[in-house]
Amino acid sequence: MEKTEDKNQQQEEEQVVNPWEVSAKDGGKIDYDKLIDKFGCQRLDQSFVDRVQRLTSRPPHVFLRRGVFFAHRDFNDILDAYERGEKFYLYTGRGPSSEALHLGHLIPFMFTKYLQDAFKVPLVIQLTDDEKCMWKNLSVEECQRLARENAKDIIACGFDISKTFIFSDFDYVGGAFYKNMVKVAKCVTYNKVVGIFGFTGEDHIGKVSFPPVQAVPSFPSSFPHLFSGKDNLRCLIPCAIDQDPYFRMTRDVAPRIGYHKPALIESLFFPALQGENGKMSASDPNSAIYVTDSAKDIKYKVNKHAFTGGQESIEKHRQLGANLEIDIPIKYLNFFLEDDAELEHIKKEYGAGRMLTGEVKKRLTEVLTELVERHRRARAAVTDEMVDAFMAVRPLPNMFD
Amino acid sequence: MGYSKDQLLARLKELQIEFSQYEHPIVLTVEAQAKYVGNTGGVLSKNLFLKDKKHRYYVVSALADTKVDLKVLSQRLGLGKGGLRMAPEEALGEILQVPLGCVTPFAVVNESARHVSLLLDQGFKTQKCCIFHPLSNDMSISLNAQGLDKFLESVGRNPSYIDLEANPPVGKDQPPDLAAFVPSDSPVLSDLPGKAPSSQDSTVKSVGAATNSAAAVTAKAVKPSGKAQNVKEKPVDSVRPPIPAADAGKFVEELLDRASALLLSEISEDSIKQHGGQLGDEVANNIKKGLREDLKNLATIFKNTAYTEGFYAGTRYQPKRL
Repeated sequence: MEKTEDKNQQQEEEQVVNPWEVSAKDGGKIDYDKLIDKFGCQRLDQSFVDRVQRLTSRPPHVFLRRGVFFAHRDFNDILDAYERGEKFYLYTGRGPSSEALHLGHLIPFMFTKYLQDAFKVPLVIQLTDDEKCMWKNLSVEECQRLARENAKDIIACGFDISKTFIFSDFDYVGGAFYKNMVKVAKCVTYNKVVGIFGFTGEDHIGKVSFPPVQAVPSFPSSFPHLFSGKDNLRCLIPCAIDQDPYFRMTRDVAPRIGYHKPALIESLFFPALQGENGKMSASDPNSAIYVTDSAKDIKYKVNKHAFTGGQESIEKHRQLGANLEIDIPIKYLNFFLEDDAELEHIKKEYGAGRMLTGEVKKRLTEVLTELVERHRRARAAVTDEMVDAFMAVRPLPNMFD
Repeated sequence: MGYSKDQLLARLKELQIEFSQYEHPIVLTVEAQAKYVGNTGGVLSKNLFLKDKKHRYYVVSALADTKVDLKVLSQRLGLGKGGLRMAPEEALGEILQVPLGCVTPFAVVNESARHVSLLLDQGFKTQKCCIFHPLSNDMSISLNAQGLDKFLESVGRNPSYIDLEANPPVGKDQPPDLAAFVPSDSPVLSDLPGKAPSSQDSTVKSVGAATNSAAAVTAKAVKPSGKAQNVKEKPVDSVRPPIPAADAGKFVEELLDRASALLLSEISEDSIKQHGGQLGDEVANNIKKGLREDLKNLATIFKNTAYTEGFYAGTRYQPKRL
């Protein structure tokens, strides 16, 4: 009895990070070092960033330079193989639970597009409409509809149609994909999956049997129309770090069924406008910037709702400077302001109190508005026919060009 | 000409659907109806004919005791809080082709009601028999849910039952659960029943409102693969614009516009003073730096559009006759 009580106490004190829940300890910040330790993945240090620059002959993506993608598993193996002339493919995905995408949702896709361009490799994108149907209790039709709508925003991130296959689980599961799902399922006991994902006796069997669906796109044989004959092709998965449990399970199973372990490259969580301790909540539209926000909306949200580290009065601010640790505009600029020199300048001036919060917010509004505008224009060019083409089961003969 | 009561009864008999019929004086309310058929063993239904702000119509058919909250329903359909109203009397005659007080699920047999969305109370399924008007208020018929289903399927409808009393939360992460019941604004092709066409595009993943995905799919199949052409009878807020052509001219103009805008901004009195003869190099570098990503994105959109055009044509290609 005592032992379980202790364990429960411990769990309450620790942060919770899994695909369905992310919360920090005592409502504080997420401790990423502890997370890396607990999950057992590796830090992505500067040497990796330099190596990527060397191998791809282009400046590394802003997310790499700023440590947004900060952890990995076996990324060095991918790079070693790439240097030897062995290609790989990318795998990422989205759970289409809502039509409204915010900037945080776009981050893995923006990074994946960069990886596709820089390394010239193909990409599969999984839309887990079945997962949302099961977890969010939406109808099958509604999830399929959301999957297509989300696909349009994903395509607007600029993926190359001749190298990208988008699929929804409801449409694609079957055939070789399903064969791999069964192979994976056979290697994971009920107890194990409960241990990894925290299922209980009250959870329906749909949830319990879902994990293999997200695991098998890591194996090239799941896509015979793309990778037939290339069973040795490695897979790199860019994702947010809360998805790690799925792929820990996958990496555990892979060697047992004769496949390469997929490599991962993982990102931080995108903070809510209200601050690191706040939660980006669907019911609070002011907690995030949505891709459908107008320039006016963005200006309003940044000015009225962004949590700042500025001091209460101008005098105090000039004296003490801003607290960059908690300042959201600075954090957002860290994600989205391309120019390293400009960011450094802003941090220096703002931290010393010479630049005011208003100026920083103004710059952020500019950057975000440009981003959202560009996305919206690209989104307007995406038609249903284009979605059909991206989602068609077709060969991609030029996928490594 | 709307279906008559007798035509409906004949149809039910043809389909071998079991039902009982009761004649009575004209009734306009459920209470009045109850006086005549209240103890026949069947359960009375209440039927609402509703309209939303975009002139789309709905028939909500429920057990008389089921509580139907229009505000909740409106949200669940994704129409916002006050999106649903009772439809005006004229619409009854025009669209459902039934008299006042006679709203009934059977009215969807009429062509004019083709785009009316039908929401059925899941409570019907557990009742032995339910009572409806057969297109006229001087009679009531009593049948079970399977019978109703059989009839609805015979007119190309896909009957779906919902929990009308449920009140699930609706927000940005919880989309309206009944959104699929909102009729889509697809153009109407004259010979089209509500059934899904058998000649389905292999590339089309049919989504959208339950009863209207059919119209949307065939509308797409009719579209020409080449230049833009409007499908006839397009309603005001049409859903499917023609497939955009990958226009090389427009693409190049866009690139040149951006390059010249940036060029002009780079050349000013100050920059001339600052760089003198080296201004050319400086500007060239800045243009490359400033435009590279933007132009690559534009080029990718162009490529994707051209590929989609080719893909679409490829799915309709007729192989050479040997």
